[in-house]
Parts: sequence; C-alpha cells; structure tokens
Amino acid sequence: MDVSMTVNGSTHANDVEPRTLLVHHLRDGLGLTGTNIGCDSSSCGACTVHMNGESVKSCTVLAVQADGQDITTIEGLADTARSDGSSTGDMDWHPMQEAFQQCHALQCGYCTPGMVMASVSFLKENPNPTEAQIREGLEGNLCRCTGYHNIVKAVESVAGGAS
Amino acid sequence: MTATIGSRMLRKEDPKLLTGEGKYIDDIHAPGELWMGMVRSTMGHATITSIDTSEAMEMPGVHAVYTGEQLQEMGLWIAPLPCAWPVTEDMVNPPHFPVAVGEAKHVGEIVAVVLADSRYGAADAAEKVIVDYDSLPAVGSIEAAVAGDVMAHSDLESNKAFHWPLIPDPEGTEKAFAEAAHTVEARFVQQRLIPAPMEPRGCMAIPSPAGGDITFYSATQVPHILKVMIAATTGIAESKIRVIAPAVGGGFGGKLNVDADAILSVTLANHLGVPVRWTESRTEAAGSSHQGRGQIQYISAAADADGKITSVKVHLDADMGAYMMLITPGVPLLGSFLYTGVYDIPNLSFTCDGYFTNMTPTDAYRGAGRPEASYAIERIMDMMAHEIGITPEEIRARNYIAGGEAFENYDAASTLVFDSGHYRPAHDRALEMAKVADLRAEQARRRDAGEAKQLGIGMCTYVEICGLAPSRALGGLNYGAGGWEHATVRMLPTGKVEVVSGSTPHGQGHETAWSQIIADKMGVDPNDVEVLHSDTAKSPLGLDTYGSRSLAVGGVAIAMAADKVIEKAKLIAAHQFEAAPEDVEFEAGSFSVAGTPSKSVHIQELGFAAFAAHDLPDGMEPNLQEQVSFDPPNFAFPFGTHVAVVEIDTGTGGVELIDYVAVDDCGTQVNPLIVEGQVHGGIVQGAAQALFEVANYDEDANITNPSFMDYLVPSAAEMPSIQLDSTVTPSTSNPLGVKGVGEAGTIGSAAAVINAICDGLSPYGVTDMEMPATPQRVWQAINNSNGGAA
Repeated sequence: MDVSMTVNGSTHANDVEPRTLLVHHLRDGLGLTGTNIGCDSSSCGACTVHMNGESVKSCTVLAVQADGQDITTIEGLADTARSDGSSTGDMDWHPMQEAFQQCHALQCGYCTPGMVMASVSFLKENPNPTEAQIREGLEGNLCRCTGYHNIVKAVESVAGGAS
Repeated sequence: MTATIGSRMLRKEDPKLLTGEGKYIDDIHAPGELWMGMVRSTMGHATITSIDTSEAMEMPGVHAVYTGEQLQEMGLWIAPLPCAWPVTEDMVNPPHFPVAVGEAKHVGEIVAVVLADSRYGAADAAEKVIVDYDSLPAVGSIEAAVAGDVMAHSDLESNKAFHWPLIPDPEGTEKAFAEAAHTVEARFVQQRLIPAPMEPRGCMAIPSPAGGDITFYSATQVPHILKVMIAATTGIAESKIRVIAPAVGGGFGGKLNVDADAILSVTLANHLGVPVRWTESRTEAAGSSHQGRGQIQYISAAADADGKITSVKVHLDADMGAYMMLITPGVPLLGSFLYTGVYDIPNLSFTCDGYFTNMTPTDAYRGAGRPEASYAIERIMDMMAHEIGITPEEIRARNYIAGGEAFENYDAASTLVFDSGHYRPAHDRALEMAKVADLRAEQARRRDAGEAKQLGIGMCTYVEICGLAPSRALGGLNYGAGGWEHATVRMLPTGKVEVVSGSTPHGQGHETAWSQIIADKMGVDPNDVEVLHSDTAKSPLGLDTYGSRSLAVGGVAIAMAADKVIEKAKLIAAHQFEAAPEDVEFEAGSFSVAGTPSKSVHIQELGFAAFAAHDLPDGMEPNLQEQVSFDPPNFAFPFGTHVAVVEIDTGTGGVELIDYVAVDDCGTQVNPLIVEGQVHGGIVQGAAQALFEVANYDEDANITNPSFMDYLVPSAAEMPSIQLDSTVTPSTSNPLGVKGVGEAGTIGSAAAVINAICDGLSPYGVTDMEMPATPQRVWQAINNSNGGAA
C-alpha cells in the first residue's frame, strides 16, 4: 500500500505491506533507527514518537494509520526542520535532551529516545506537574538502568525552567 | 574543561544516545543479510517425533530451514555450548547443542531454524514449521527437581548436577550451635527473575567476501570472552573472528552468555557465505535468554546470650534450569562467601546442590549470588533480633566487624580477606537520613489508631565482593578463566590520548570515567581522550564487564598504563632539558626541572617528539604507548546501609515503597554522578525482586508470564525518589582505592524492602514474606494471622 507521511519535517512516500508497524517503517523503511523496540506488547514505550504532536507508541500504530500524518522522532526533536535525521552536529538540543544529560537521566540509552519523546509530550499536556504526576505520566515508559530517579529530576527541571 | 577523579563530569556517551545516533545491534545492517527465525519448543519436556519444514520452505523469501538433526550432520560445530565453570570435578553437564536433537528440555529451546530475507518473512516461516512432540513429564520447580520423581533429562538418573561445600571449620560450626543461647532458622525462596535489559539480545555474523574471516556483531557484555568461546565451539580459528559489541542497551548479566543464536549465526554465515542475523523479541527472551536467581535457601544462625552471632549454616538448592550455560553452576557459589555479611561471625558452613529442571537455564543476573546471600543474612539478622527482643539496628551494631570501626585485611570465616571496611558511619548516616526515630513514632501512632495503612521500616547492611579478578582465586574455584584486565594508553602524535579498554561498557559510562582517570593522571583535557572499546580488532585483549569489575580492575589498569606513559615521557623531557630524570618534576601535565620553572614542556607536546623519534634518549624505542594487564591481589568489598520505608494497605495487601535511603561505600569515586546512577538503578532492580518480579512456571514447566504484560518490570509510578549519601573507605586491593558499585543497589535493596514489610506486619504475627510480596501474599499473611485487627 502507498503511504505518505511527514517525518521530521520532510515527506516520505513509500509502498508498505499493510501489516507494517509504524516503528518498523521508521526504522527499516526510512532508516531512522533512533526509535527503539523494547517489547512486543506495547508495554515499554521505547518506540514512543510524536504523531501530530502527541506521543504514540509506534509499535501499536500501523504505518498505514500514519498515512498523511505528521511524525516526529528523536532524530527530529532537536531541529524539526531537519529532514534526513543524520548527524545532529552542533544543533541546539531540545531542553529535554539537555536536561537528560545534565541530570544523568540515561545510562545505556536504549529507552532514552522514547522516554524523551514521552516526557516532551507529557509536559505539553501538563506544564507544571508534581513529582507524582510526572511518575504517573511516564508510567508507560520502562527504564531498567536509572531507577527513574534522574529521569524524574530531568523532567522536573524542564518543567521548572519552562514556567 | 577540567575533570579529575572525583568530579561530576557529564557523560561523553550521552550526545549520541540522546539524539538517536547510538547504533544498537538492530540498527546495523549488511547487504544480503538473512534473518534467522527460531522455531522454539512449546513444551517443557518432550520427545521431538517429527519436524515438517516443507510448508515453511515454500514461503516467499525463505532460503533454508534446518532442523537440529540436519545441523548436527552438517558438522558446523565441534563442541556443545560452553560451560566455563565446572564447579566440581564430577559435575554433571549434559551436552547442550544450539538446536535440540530428539528431545526438547525447556520451553524456548530451539528445535529448527529458518533463514529468510526479511524480518517478517523469517517470523512467518518459523510459524509454518510443524513440530510433533510426545510430551514427557517435566520438572517445573526446584522442589520437583529435588524430589526426583521426574527427570529433567530422560537419560540421567538424578536431577542433581553437583554438590559443593564450603565448610572451613565443621566442628566450630557445630559447637557454636550446640552452645548457642538463641538459634533461628528460615527457608527463603529466591524466585527466578528475568534480567530484562531494555534492549533485547541480537546478533549478526558477516563473513568476509573473500572467505575466511567473520565479523560478529552482538549485543553482548563480553566480546572478548565470546571470541574465544566461538572459536572453541565452532573450530573457526580465533584469529579469523572479530567480535564487535555496538551500543549495547543494558545487560545486567543477561548479555554475558554464549547463546545458541550466536553459534548459529556465525556458523551459518560461514557456511552460506552471507550475513546472518537475529533479533530477539521480548516474549521470546523468556526462553532464549538465561534467567537469574532460582534458589531455595535454608539458613540457620546461632547467637550467644548477648546477641552475638556465633555461626551461620546455609544450604542451597539451586535451579540450574535445563542446561549449564557459561557460568550457571558458579553463580550460587559466588554468594557462598557472603553469608556472614558485614558481621564478625567466626563460623560459616555452606553447601549447595545444583539441580536440573525443565526451565530456561539460569546464569548471572545483577549481583549473581551475592544479592541472594545478602538477603538471607540480612533477613536472618532481623529474625534473630526479633527472637532476642532487640532492634534490628542494635543486633547489627553488636555484630559488625571491628565493632563498626575502620579495619583493613579482615580474615572472614569464609576464608576470604576483606580488604577494608568501616561500617558504623554508613549505618548511622542512613538511619539519620531516613529519620527512623520519627518514623517509629508515626508507626506507633498508626498502630495505636488501628489505621488501615501501616508503616514498615527495614534496613539492610550489606557487603559485596566486587572487582572479580584475582586469577588465582578464580582458579581455586575452578573458574575457567582468569580475572585480569588489560589496558593500553597511547599519546598520539597530535597530543591526543587514545585509551584501549579491555572492559566493555553497556551503559556504565566507561568513556567518561576512563577519560577522567587519564585527565587526572596526565593533566590533559578529558575531551582530548578517546576511549576505544568493545571491538576485538581495536582491543584484542580483555575480559569484559560483569561482577562490578570494570573500574576496580580495568580502570586501575588504565591508570597504571598512564603512569607508565608518564614515566617514559619524563625521560624524553629530561633529555630535552638536558637534565637528570630525577630532577624532572611532573605537575598538571607539564614536566619541568626542579628549581627552573621557566623550562617546561607539556606531556601532549611530547607525543610528536616520541613519534618523530628525531631526538630521543639513546636506546629508547619510539612512540609513547604503554600497556598493562592488571591482576589485583584481592577482591574489593564495597558495603553500605540501606533503609526502606513501606506503607502497607492492610485492607488490600498493597505495598507502597514510600522512601528509600542508601548510604554506600564503594571506595574512591571517579565520577559521583555515575555512582549515584548505578545505585539508583540497582536499588530499583532489587526492590522489584522484593515487590513485583517473578518468572512463573507451571508444573509442566511452561512459563506463564513471558511478556512485559505480566512480567512486572516497575515503572516510575511504582518507585519513590531515592535519598543517597556515601562514605569513602578506599580499597587496599588496588592503587586507586576503588571498589565497584554496579551491583551494590541490588544487593542491598531486596532485603531492606522485605525487612520493612515484615516490620510493618509484626503486630499481625508475620515474621516472613516470600518474594515478590504481592498484594495477595500480603493480604493472606494479614488475614491468616488474627483476622486483620492490628
């Protein structure tokens, strides 16, 4: 099936099998491997991307459902005008990326793209959350390295900085 | 940028990982690659009566389908999958080939392999392979293995694989129990856990187009060990194999094995002359990756009238799973030396029986034997305190090694020598940070008021063995390798420093920490340091990362190699100054002549001089490059005190961890930011064992919760913020004084959480709680006692 979607600001038209998951289309079809896969039951959130500005688990969306939609992946977060998702060079990071480094909110980095995308989307919905709300808000994203402590701190610091 | 040992330098690893540029195994592709689709046993124990591959073969994009029998006939390997730790000479070790032949021994064991040209195609075709099984009785628990009515391997007469004793003083132990004023005993279950790094495992073998050489990419913690083991298993010459661990998304022990998929991809790629790859799915991992823990512990302790523990006796029944993997039998024994904990207990008796079951093989998982030991001794300390009628704090204080004062070189009853320790400051600090006195008052208030939500406070004072190294000690345990670590430090002609690390990161931040060590030693900017690792072509010598050994062995090797580079550079500087080397001083990266500070040269300027070699001292070899294989004289023994605070809903049995304090001592800290991160993550993994995680098997040895839907890795919502502090007692086992911290959190937290739950439920007569402390178990414990009235 033909699908066309805007990914990180540029349009991609492709022929995909109807059953293709959005995450596989992004990774294997478009080569945007920043979005990771950590489970097969929509539990871990490693594959979180933005569809029309809202976070979705891209393992739970078919590529055909994203037809005509606007997708942002981790490669496009720092500068959504960027089209190919290649080297980020000296680009300005999104404040959430900055905060994750400052707070040591990542270790192996595998959950990180999904966690960052979920955190950005969460703060958009709830710009001044309590710690408990942050924890609840990120419930759909699993991390095995950090114990979440520093991830929560990172999100808090962006929330505080944005207010 | 200045950074030294001890500074909170932000990680050099982060930019790639935060922008999606980190390349994990599934992100890397090779032209012409074929995907393996594994057909896995759906039975815990069964005879394979027939395998029909015809329909699968006809699927589009399918290149081949191989059964176990066909693969054996093809002669792709010369040995079964390796077990490098035959703990006793008579250990039973049934051959474990990559694909089952004739009999499947656990759910998830590979029975056939499909090769297809796409990810989806391989999965589709694997579904079309029809396997007929005749089911056999299965061993679905340790208890069933011990009972021995059913054999996990039909051709064995017993499920027992080995018996391993550590009884340094049998008479002393018995005498202590005979003369004891108090004794307590308990049976604890260390449930099976799934390591569950967020990145599933995966691999890809790429044969050289010209033939012969194989490049093997693997999501592994142990590329160096893998290289040796692939050679030994397949017969392919070691020099023809290059192993690369790309970005690796966590390991926790779960990625240190030599798995069937590795041997299949290497040998099939070699055989077919095309790249062969595989990526594990999460649910598949329950049968394709080893699990952790899986022990039943029987422990008893004896104490005198003053509450001084005089002896500890332990027996383990340990679940090996269906086969021995790389270090399966050694894992429970790694804990054997820690059953006396941080206490001055003169007698220890430890025995372990290893049993085969029809469950996924077990092997290392974060802490590997040591969390189990720490759990048992820390639970029994609380039980003894209860028996005697003193507080958990008091019984610990009465038993600390050296009375809680600083010590070095303590001869433990286990026969190990603890390098250094100072237990009381961490204990005091943790209790103070947790405000235990206030908590006790609040606990009493809630009890008096009969409130539905009761408080529980639990502590754990742990010690662990880190820096798995001394090769002689490991040899004494029949471990199949040494424990040294290798490092190379080069000053490049441009003045940049290249460090080659034998230890292999998968999230720990080696590039940052090693850069700090070099910056500290050599006085260079950490951004001028490049760390090469995880590729056996760049780093040919190494023993990789497990057992909290990277810093205490590998990091120390790097510091020592840097010292050797400085030593040689000093000779070049002296030559340039026309001064005697003993008159040359080294300070913040610069050499100068004592008393003549105007004459100075920075070590980075000497890189080119050593490279050009136009004017070196007579007889000196060109280049500034030194290497060290460091084999420490002893392990390192980090320690700490953890306090867990839980709120127990007595109506529902729900337990909420509401506060957690950890004061850890890992010796000298290279980067406290990284240390804290390790502790945070470790605590949550240990707390998850206490509260949520268990790999459940039914009596037919079927795992009933293989996916993340019901294997409960905790989310942020289930965990509290964590309060940390640390003390610093340098190790005497290495010149940096470092001890290791990767497993500390896990080793302290399970016992602290369960001690807190038992404390909270003590008015109900509850003295023990099996892990995980599910709402159902807690509710039952409350309601089995006295009808739920506090």
